[in-house]
Parts: sequence; structure tokens; C-alpha cells
Amino acid sequence: MEMNVTRRTVLRAGSLGALSALIATGVLKPTAAYAAEWNKAAFEAHDTASALKGLGAAAPADHKDLILKVPDIAENGAVVPVDVVSNIPNTSSIAILVDKNPSPLSASFDFSNGALAEVSARLKLGQTSMVKAVAKADGKFYTAQKEVKVTVGGCGG
Amino acid sequence: MADPMKIRAQLKGDIAEIRVLMGHAMETGQRKDAAGKAIPPHFIQSMTVEVGGKKVVDGQIGTSVSRNPVFGFKVKGAKVGDKVVVSWVDNKGDKRTDQVAVA
Repeated sequence: MEMNVTRRTVLRAGSLGALSALIATGVLKPTAAYAAEWNKAAFEAHDTASALKGLGAAAPADHKDLILKVPDIAENGAVVPVDVVSNIPNTSSIAILVDKNPSPLSASFDFSNGALAEVSARLKLGQTSMVKAVAKADGKFYTAQKEVKVTVGGCGG
Repeated sequence: MADPMKIRAQLKGDIAEIRVLMGHAMETGQRKDAAGKAIPPHFIQSMTVEVGGKKVVDGQIGTSVSRNPVFGFKVKGAKVGDKVVVSWVDNKGDKRTDQVAVA
């Protein structure tokens, strides 16, 4: 019955009884016990359209209040600073995508309990590419995009 | 065990500016080692930020976040002394949790 429960999961669960029963019955998936489950379909998609579909954001509309700050030219594609600020009311999450990367979806963040709808991160860009921010507000998706020119790639090149 | 994170949480007005540096290789799975063998992917998949016991950010991360990821967030309504707890889990099940107080 507990064939799929790894040793690590068991260790993490600590007290065996109730938790492993939940895992075995599928109520709790092992990773869900810790945080929301990783969106495999979206993150492992190899093109932006499928990644957006995985996020449930098939056709986001452009929005001027979604602000994406990226450098015009990145000398080092391994560390490209990206800032996203959404001034769209009720923004609940922000995702960042890099069109030309092997897996375009870089990260997605859900905000709650007073967190402002903004995030800064550093991304890898394999080559010159459009960088896209996608914000979710009141169940609708919005996007902003900008091109970053990369002079040295960041994916092991 | 992974290296400790560096977390800074500074109050400006009623907004806490939180910056986190996570020590992680963020291996994409695209690279090859000197012998031409593919290096398996090893990257942080999820992270959370809690302030004062409440989850404020729930993040999912892919392979194209840079090595030693740095993230910045802003949280309204925080007070000096509020505990900021940041956690991450990677694709191999390694994890790390660190905390600071809002200053």
C-alpha cells in the first residue's frame, strides 16, 4: 500500500499514522504536504503558448499597468535582472516567461496577506529573447513584454 | 545540507522590502560536463515567504532562474520585529528554511 511513499516523505511526515494514510489515499500528494504542487505541465512546456496554457492563461491581453523592467542589452545571459510590478487592481499572481528558452516559464508567484503584486528576480537567457510578464487579476490574465538582447548566452554556451 | 539563505527585510513606511539570496546551483539539465555527459537538472521548484505567521508569497520556479537565485518582494502592513520565514524545496527533495525579523 505504501510502495510509492519514499523514505524522505516518510521522514518529512514525521508522525507516520494519519499523514501516510492521507498520502496513500491520494488526499495529500507528497509534495503538497509542504507547498502547492509544482505545475509540471507549465514549467516543462517547450514553447510559450503551451506554458501559458499550462498556467490557464491561454491568451492574455496587453495591459499598460503591468510594468516589466528588463535591461535592453544583457552582456551576461546567465544573470539578467527582471522586475515586474502590476498596478492592475486585485492582481493575485505574476508569472515570468522567456520566449526563446528551452522551457520558457521561469517562475510564477501567488501573492496574499498584504504582499504587493511585484517581484524582482534574476533569470538565465540562452539567447536574445522576448521576456514576458503575465499577471492574473480578478481571474483575467494580462501581459507585458520586452526584448532583451543577449551578447553571451546563459545556458552553458 | 544547502547553504543558509541571506534574507533582508527592511521596513519603509508600512511596507517591508524583502530580499532573499538562495545558494543553489540551479542546474538546468541542458549542460554537459567535461566528458560530454549531461548534467542532470537540479533546481529549486517551490518557495514560500511568510511574514508574521501568514503566507504572503507562494512561488513556483523553473530551470531558467539564475544560479544562486535572488528574489525581491514587498509586503504591506508589516511591523518591525515581524518574523519573515523563507523556505524552498528543490526537485531532489532538498529543502531549506531560514528566517529574520523585519528591521
